Amino acid sequence: MSISTDDAAKVAGLARLNPAQEKIEQFANQFNDILDYMQKLNELDTSGVEPLYSPVTHETVFRDDEVRREYSREELLDNAPETDGKYFIVPRIVG
Amino acid sequence: MSESYLPTMTEIRGRLAAGEVRVEDVVRSCLDRMDAFEPSVRAFITRADEQALSQAREMDRSGPTPETLTTKPLWGVPLTIKDVLTTRGLRTTCASRMLTDFTPCFDAEAVSRLRNAGAVILGKVNMDEFAMGSSTENSAFQTTANPWKLDAVPGGSSGGSAAAVAARMGFAALGTDTGGSIRQPAAFCGIVGLKPSYGRVSRYGLVAYASSLDQIGPMTLTVQDAALLLRVISGHDPKDSTCADQPVPDYPALLAQRSDLSGLRIGMPQEFWSKEGLDLDVAERCAQSMAVAEKLGATCVPISLPHTPYAVAAYYIVASAEASSNLARFDGVRYGYRDKEAGNLIEMYRNSRSKGFGEEVQRRIMLGTYVLSSGYYDAYYKKAAQVRRLIQQDFHQAFKHCDVICGPVTPTTAFGMGEKTADPLQMYLTDIFTISLNLAGLPGLSLPVGLGERSGLPVGLQILGPAFREDLLLQVGHVLEHHLPRLPLPTGISQ
Repeated sequence: MSISTDDAAKVAGLARLNPAQEKIEQFANQFNDILDYMQKLNELDTSGVEPLYSPVTHETVFRDDEVRREYSREELLDNAPETDGKYFIVPRIVG
Repeated sequence: MSESYLPTMTEIRGRLAAGEVRVEDVVRSCLDRMDAFEPSVRAFITRADEQALSQAREMDRSGPTPETLTTKPLWGVPLTIKDVLTTRGLRTTCASRMLTDFTPCFDAEAVSRLRNAGAVILGKVNMDEFAMGSSTENSAFQTTANPWKLDAVPGGSSGGSAAAVAARMGFAALGTDTGGSIRQPAAFCGIVGLKPSYGRVSRYGLVAYASSLDQIGPMTLTVQDAALLLRVISGHDPKDSTCADQPVPDYPALLAQRSDLSGLRIGMPQEFWSKEGLDLDVAERCAQSMAVAEKLGATCVPISLPHTPYAVAAYYIVASAEASSNLARFDGVRYGYRDKEAGNLIEMYRNSRSKGFGEEVQRRIMLGTYVLSSGYYDAYYKKAAQVRRLIQQDFHQAFKHCDVICGPVTPTTAFGMGEKTADPLQMYLTDIFTISLNLAGLPGLSLPVGLGERSGLPVGLQILGPAFREDLLLQVGHVLEHHLPRLPLPTGISQ
């Protein structure tokens, strides 16, 4: 499998990134090296092997659905790039 | 305190609790060392001098009290925290431009346990951006130097933590280990680093890189200090559903139970000890420490971890996939860097993320997005998860024949700054001995075993054990430590 510059640009779009053209070319080259190296895994026959997604095997933990007030609105808005004191402000979404 | 007297964390904690030294004096001695060494070491992203001093003065007014030793095991002890753990009211950057101005309104659980135990936080230390890297050269702020050799890297990603402890600018540090990020910098800087079992320490408030691999752990001068710090930060936390509901042993007390290594079977994986690709300094020091272990009664058993050669490939698929998902939260809406020029929302996301994240972070997010994308998921992510199972089974099999496993932490001693930055794959391969442990979720201790004859730089031995047997690793490390030469003060800093 080899990754073209177009493929890398498409992946950047999906990842919500906007790298410059020369960076995209550089990434595409590096991905080809890295993914080539990862082909190593195909030396192994893994048919029938159960994937391990996490070392933790216990079941999902539930807690009571209780309302708690842990932080104030001010605290939560404190790090926002733009706010009107009540809400997070973002560029216009609907036209 | 005079410069010539540099106690361990356990020693200073005893003297503080007995009222022999004041907290303010201990804090000031650390701040003085920071003033002296920071210009050349550059370990700190954010210093918290004023907060630390005012906390110290308050503690001196109220204590120590008779119960200090039992209820506040770290009373008055100054520590540093890797800047990937949230600290209430203290800037947390993850060494990223993305979070340059981020001040959390909550403490990570591990930080909160330190505070409850009476520790004083001196500041937040440097790292690779979002913990992605093996040299601390991926920080958006500065490159930290290795206190043993100022033009060498301290390792990564917990390079600031390791350098701060090695230079004695704080008695211990918290680091995090996703693929070796505690053990490798500990080895490069000549200190003790412990990566606990997955689930031993709550990850609440740890800014996630690869959630199924990340674990917080102690970085200290001695094994005893690591035991004390691990006891404080370990234990169940309902805020992290992956945190194990298991009792926490009294690690420091358990150290006294073993005075030699008689009856202990040490597994020596052939894949870790092959002379090929192993630096001579590392091979010699690690082999000598095994000879010491045998003299102390241990039996070395040859074992095999046959899937070791596949660990790096599996790791980078799993870690990148999880990173691409975890780092999706940085969109410039609620916190973090925002590009002000963008005309619409999608453009704002893309510009903010491209300007806020550094190159290595973008590379891993894109790699992760690719391996998770439709059509490639089975070929990469599922395949890697299957290999991960095989790696875990290797360890299970090995522990039928031995109690612990030993090997080098890294193939070489600390490498030079800029030496590997141009080739990401070469950088990834430096983690070859540490990575499989994270995939399997097991604990590992990095122990300094001396200086390389040629490089003059520290070498680390890795001691690995079954899940939740940190007690055993600490005991073995503690015994070995007492029979190996103690490292002098780092040669790269003048005092």
